[in-house]
Formats: sequence, C-alpha cells, structure tokens
Amino acid sequence: MALKHATPMLDELEKGPWPSFVSDVKRLAAKGNKMCEDWLGLMELSFKEKEGHWKHGGIVGVFGYGGGVIGRYCDRPDLFPNVAHFHTMRVNQPSSKYYSSDVLRKICDLWDAKGSGLTNMHGSTGDIVLLGTTTDQLEPLFYELTHELGMDLGGSGSNLRSPEGCLGMSRCEWACINTQDIIYDLTQEFQDALHRPMFPYKFKFKSSGCPMDCVAAIARADCSIIGTWRDDIRIDQDAVKGYVGGEIVPHGGAGGARKDFDIQAEVINLCPTNCMAYDGKTLKIENKDCVRCMHCIRVMPRALRPGVDTGATILLGAKAPILEGAQLSSVVIPFIKMESPYTEFKEFVEKLWDWWMENGKNRERLGEMIQRLSLRELLKAVELEPDPRMVNTPRYNPYIFYDPAGVPGGWEHDAVEYRKRHQA
Amino acid sequence: MSAEAKDKIIEYVKQQKKSKLYFNDLCKAVPEIKMMQAKKLVNELVSEGKLKYWSSGSTTMYMLPSEGDVAKEEEGMN
Repeated sequence: MALKHATPMLDELEKGPWPSFVSDVKRLAAKGNKMCEDWLGLMELSFKEKEGHWKHGGIVGVFGYGGGVIGRYCDRPDLFPNVAHFHTMRVNQPSSKYYSSDVLRKICDLWDAKGSGLTNMHGSTGDIVLLGTTTDQLEPLFYELTHELGMDLGGSGSNLRSPEGCLGMSRCEWACINTQDIIYDLTQEFQDALHRPMFPYKFKFKSSGCPMDCVAAIARADCSIIGTWRDDIRIDQDAVKGYVGGEIVPHGGAGGARKDFDIQAEVINLCPTNCMAYDGKTLKIENKDCVRCMHCIRVMPRALRPGVDTGATILLGAKAPILEGAQLSSVVIPFIKMESPYTEFKEFVEKLWDWWMENGKNRERLGEMIQRLSLRELLKAVELEPDPRMVNTPRYNPYIFYDPAGVPGGWEHDAVEYRKRHQA
Repeated sequence: MSAEAKDKIIEYVKQQKKSKLYFNDLCKAVPEIKMMQAKKLVNELVSEGKLKYWSSGSTTMYMLPSEGDVAKEEEGMN
C-alpha cells in the first residue's frame, strides 16, 4: 500500500543490517495510522531542509500534576495536520522494569487507541515514553493508566524524575542492597516531588546494587545510591586454583572456553591499587586498599564474592553537559546500611533539598551548585563531617580556605589600630 | 497568613513583564517564607486555577491562566 508521503531519505535508514525505526513506523502507517503517516512526512521534510519542525514545550498536562506530559506541536500543521499536536507522556516504570506481558499489551492497546501507537521503551531516565497524542486524549489516557493499569505518570520538568534502579537482588548475585525496594520506597515517599515541580531543575535518584553500577548512576544521577561492602572480599581458594588450572572458565565463559588464563596478567597486575598477590597457592587481598572496582570478582566470579557486611555509598552531583560540562558524582556518605524504611537516608535527602531549593539558580543542577558553593557548604547543610573518602583528587596547591568561624578568635582585625602599631 | 502570601505571589506575577516565571522568581514575592512552604502555596494556587504550569519537558515555569490558553497555544498564538 502506497504511503501518503514519499520518503526517499528516510528509506535510507532501512538499508542497514540493524532494526529500523522507520520500518516500524511505516508498518503502523500502512495499517491506516494517520499520525504515523504524517510523522513520516514531517521527518522527511526535516531531513530535506536540515531543520526541525517541532515546537518545544507547552501548558498541557493532567489535572493536579506538573509533570509527566510534555507538550509537542508541529510548526507545519498545514502540511501535516495529523501531527499538529504530538504530546509525549512519560509513564513511571515499575522497579527494575519488571512487567507482566498482560500489562505491556494493555499499555500498547491503550496507546494504539488514544495515541500514535509509537513508544520508546524506555527513555534514558527509565520511563516508558509514549510518543504522540492530542490534548483531548490526555485526561482519558491518565484515567485509564491509573485506574485500569495501576500505573502512574513519571517525572518531567523541574520535578524529581522517576527513580531508576538495576535488577538488583532479583537477578544478580553481586547486589549489596535491595535496589528494587529502595526505588519503590523512594517513589512512594516522594510522590509530591515527583508530580509537583519545586526544584531549580531536574533531580534524579538512581540506585545500583554494586559498584559495577549497571544503571550508570555515578554518571547520571544527582543522587547515586551504589551498593558496596565494608568487610573483606570472600575468597574460595579452591576455586582460585580451579581458574588457574584451567578447570573453570574465567569471565563466566564470556570469552569462550579458553584454557590460557593467566591470573597474574589478567587479575593481579590489573588491580588499580595493587592490593592483590598470588604465590601459586594462595590469593591474598589487602582489603583496606581495595577501591571496589570489582575487576577481580568479574573475572573469577566463582572464586571471589563481595563481603557480607553490605550497604551503600551515597554520591551527589552527576550530570550530562548543560551549564558546566559533564561531571561524575562525588562521595558524600562513604557507607550507609540502607535498610528499610531508609529513615536516615530520607532525612539526609530532606536537608539536601532544602539547601538546593534555597540556594540553587534556575536550571542549575545540584552538582553545579556544589561546584559553585563548595563541598564545605554542602557538608554544613546536610550536617556531615568531612571525610578523606570524599576527596576525589588531592589539591595541587597548599592553600586551604578556612572558615573564620572554625578558627578560634577568627581573623578580623582593625586596620586603623594595626597601622598605629605598624607605621609605614 | 497563607491567603495573604498567595495574594502577594499573584500580584507579583501580574507586575512582571515576562509571562512565564520560574519557581525561584515566584519566591521573591514572599521572601519571608521558606521555599518548601512557598512550594505548597504555589501548588495550592495551581489547584485553585490561579496559576498554570508551563513545561519545556526539562524545566517547569508558571504563568497566569489568562496568559496560558491551550486553544491559542495550539493555534500557534502563544
């Protein structure tokens, strides 16, 4: 069946060996989906002119919520009337993105009936992103989502964004914290912040069960909750010998069935703090020097496992580049047990948000504000003592900025009185 | 007290040249109030229909209902 608009440039995107979103949209258009027909035409025009034709932002939303709906309008409704309104809805994903197939079918059926049928599973924040609907469908969609599917909209704008976590203890033997429970609990606890904007800009929680950090919390979250342990790495010396003798395949078999494993070259020499040694019989680890890179555990998972005294490290301030360039988050709480109901952590968050709301500039992420006002000011606000583990890089110069209040007697002096005693 | 503070916020918004204001800007109308408290008042104003949200998707701003007309926005007027 011929489509409404010719799309020679978009057609190029169907020629590679990879799955093509253009083919997907064409399939829907061929079934008579008018939004998809005009979407293809609009995209072709943008490719041809090398200019976008979407207008950004708007006042549309559902009653009582300040996030979850993002207004999108086309600036050529004369040519493409079926995508004149093409609003996005963000739906809060369940913890670790576990769905039943029944729920997925219902979401798709709902979006086929009241939207364009196009989805993005998932957006980089983790939400289900439903692409393209009209203003009159927003409230009916929201009603069905909440009443029929038991789901809710996610965060957008200057809200808390939908918290995101790795698979955690449900699938992973290395999980040191229950990321699914943490994410669910934080989502319920901070519903108001999720739906009603209050911050200078977006705020993201992400939680990884171990320092492997599969959700890249350290690179993306304003507040990262990363599982760790504070005792020793557990060692099964017999299994170490099994790896060395070629009886157990390293990397869980990811490199194929190899027999040439060299523990010295592939594990000991690659330890970033040189805290490991193997004398041919026993593997030793100086645990105090371990920085939790987990390389050794990844290579020999049957021989090495994280410790049993587990909890989380809390880091603050990661973000992608907008004002100050990309930055990774910094350690603020080196170790916290992170056990339900997470009261200590929630109290820390409340103090943090108070400080950010009072001092943050418009569109300034938390990490940028810490950079502007200093880690010292942050620590005062959240009532934490400085700790060497918060230091990312030792300073290059010897000058230290003391706080006058922290020096007995301060250092204010009367210049006139001084000159009376020290004439020029 | 809260009714008085809410009136101050609305008056402040009416006096501004810009139609869309950040939350931080609204708080300038009630400097004596903590931000968390101001947030509750602003949300009440939204619920009462005296303010409206405007969102770019990444940032949220506030405007008077008279400024934020969906029909006009959808005609490309706003």
